[in-house]
Amino acid sequence: MYNYTDFDTAFIKERNAQFRAQVERRIDGSLTEDEFKPLRLMNGLYLQLHAYMLRVAIPYGTLNSRQMHKLADIADRWDKGYGHFTTRQNIQYNWPQLRDVPDMLDALAEVQMHAIQTSGNTIRNVTADHFAGAAADELADPRPIAELIRQWSTDHPEFQFLPRKFKVAVTGSPNDRAVTKAHDIGLRMVERDGEIGFEVIVGGGLGRTPMIGKVIRDFLPREDLLPYLEAIVSVYNLLGRRDNKYKARIKITVHENGLDDFKARVEERYALIRPQFTGVDQQLLAGIEADFAAPAFKTAPETAYHDARQHYRAFRAWSDTNLTEHRVPGYAIVTISLKAHGATPGDATSAQMRLMADLAKRYGHDELRISHEQNVILPHVHKSDLPSVYSALKAAGLGTANVGLISDIIACPGMDYCALATARSIPIAQEIATRFDELKLEHDVGPLKIKISGCINACGHHHVGHIGILGLDRAGVENYQITLGGDGTEDASIGERAGPGFSAEEIIPAIERLVMAYLDLRLEPGETFLQTYRRLGLAPFKAALYPEAQANAA
Amino acid sequence: MPKPFTPKVVTANALLEGDVIYQTATGWSRSLAEAEVLTDEADADLRLIEAVQQVDMVVGAYLADVDTSGDTPIPTHFREDFRAKGPSNYAHGQQEALSNV
Repeated sequence: MYNYTDFDTAFIKERNAQFRAQVERRIDGSLTEDEFKPLRLMNGLYLQLHAYMLRVAIPYGTLNSRQMHKLADIADRWDKGYGHFTTRQNIQYNWPQLRDVPDMLDALAEVQMHAIQTSGNTIRNVTADHFAGAAADELADPRPIAELIRQWSTDHPEFQFLPRKFKVAVTGSPNDRAVTKAHDIGLRMVERDGEIGFEVIVGGGLGRTPMIGKVIRDFLPREDLLPYLEAIVSVYNLLGRRDNKYKARIKITVHENGLDDFKARVEERYALIRPQFTGVDQQLLAGIEADFAAPAFKTAPETAYHDARQHYRAFRAWSDTNLTEHRVPGYAIVTISLKAHGATPGDATSAQMRLMADLAKRYGHDELRISHEQNVILPHVHKSDLPSVYSALKAAGLGTANVGLISDIIACPGMDYCALATARSIPIAQEIATRFDELKLEHDVGPLKIKISGCINACGHHHVGHIGILGLDRAGVENYQITLGGDGTEDASIGERAGPGFSAEEIIPAIERLVMAYLDLRLEPGETFLQTYRRLGLAPFKAALYPEAQANAA
Repeated sequence: MPKPFTPKVVTANALLEGDVIYQTATGWSRSLAEAEVLTDEADADLRLIEAVQQVDMVVGAYLADVDTSGDTPIPTHFREDFRAKGPSNYAHGQQEALSNV
């Protein structure tokens, strides 16, 4: 993992000291809220419905056990004993008090973490494939590049006041687990003539105008990456609209000007600035790559794993859903579900965080990851250790065998916390998970991604859910719109709106009708919901959702 | 014709804790039941201006509609209902504070 240099340490220390002074000036009345707000947002501090919220960056979702322990300590000391992992691989504390935030930031700095640029119109936390460095299908670990981008973008003088926020995601695998096509810039490692470079995707995004990103360069050599990124953001910085917040994201800039025009401007800018990049970034990158050297993997018999699978049904079910193939024989990637049926998606108590940290330390080469799907990953666990890992997780309420299934729901905080929300998300997720657990159907249903957003900003990624749910305020009542057929992978597509929305009471039965219809419609158990939808289109699902309309038309 | 003025309270978040607060006749309260109900538009505008000026105590003051048909004011919109109570997934926020009284 990357370790802070003296420069990083000094930079964070100075930023924290500055923020401490800003908080003091706000409290003594020297700064108004209008003056303070942009300063607190630059340090990840929001004011939400019931309290302040501190959003802490977990760069490219990677943590070690010491960092996870510190997150738990912060939750206990300054919050209510839990944290919420988000769809951008951050952690949010929902109840900090203003006076305590500088101390929280200092505590984070002790373990090389911060909350810088987790808000505001800047380049945000760079996200990456949560299986980076472990996945069997990977060309190369994307995290060194993500770290390089983080260093380049943090406090970048030209990009502190962009037209709007800017999100970058990187993957090193052909199977895109980082939703790169729904980011302002998505980077996918590709191989050409034995050399690894990047497919550069620009102008993707969700929100009120969802768009799939467009390829602006199909192969960019690695050493050209930073200047090319700088050219893109630089063109956007000048060309992006500042007259209308809703048209300010780069997806609109690319859409309104057309990809060809946008690309021509980027290439022109790139030609101009390329000579300024003299290779220092590549020297830096080499150092960073050394930090991300693979752990010393062990070899051991896998008997314990196979025995446990044979004799323990619960372990078998869990290992069927929560494990992913590792690139090293004998190892597995463990996804720890933060989606116990009826629990809040993405929440972990301090005790759970400590347990996951201890398991990572003991069995997982001291590494943890946070996924954009709001789960925690132990990327490197030897199969012989899986039975022990599972029993420890199960005892802590972390043994739910549902990864990739209907109850593994992404949900934004919604109107239970968020000041922007138009309806609640969390209770809908809780009720769907509880309902399908009662029906004992989710393993029959198979892979199905439900994603819920509590407003049009789409933090819950509803546009790319196989079933997307969008909570709205319709004449003072919560109302939920369903979209179908969305996909966040390399075959990314935006879901199609199914029809009129449902009330909070109607939405769970509606989802149930939809899933029952799928079970009837699929050709065989192996045909997933998304495959069935792509084969048949909206019509049969619409009929299941709106039986009254069918009856009236008949 | 302008819409008739409906009863309102001044609400905001407390600067230090971030808590939801309501303006009373003499200060601020965490409890909507104690809020000063404003039935006159000019009066409401004035009270809001007074609230906004208290920059070292409150953040983001605004007028919220309330239903005054019962003994105490209650929110007319679900957003204000959540603000008055707290989140629905944990007994945190105002509901926690009120149960500790």
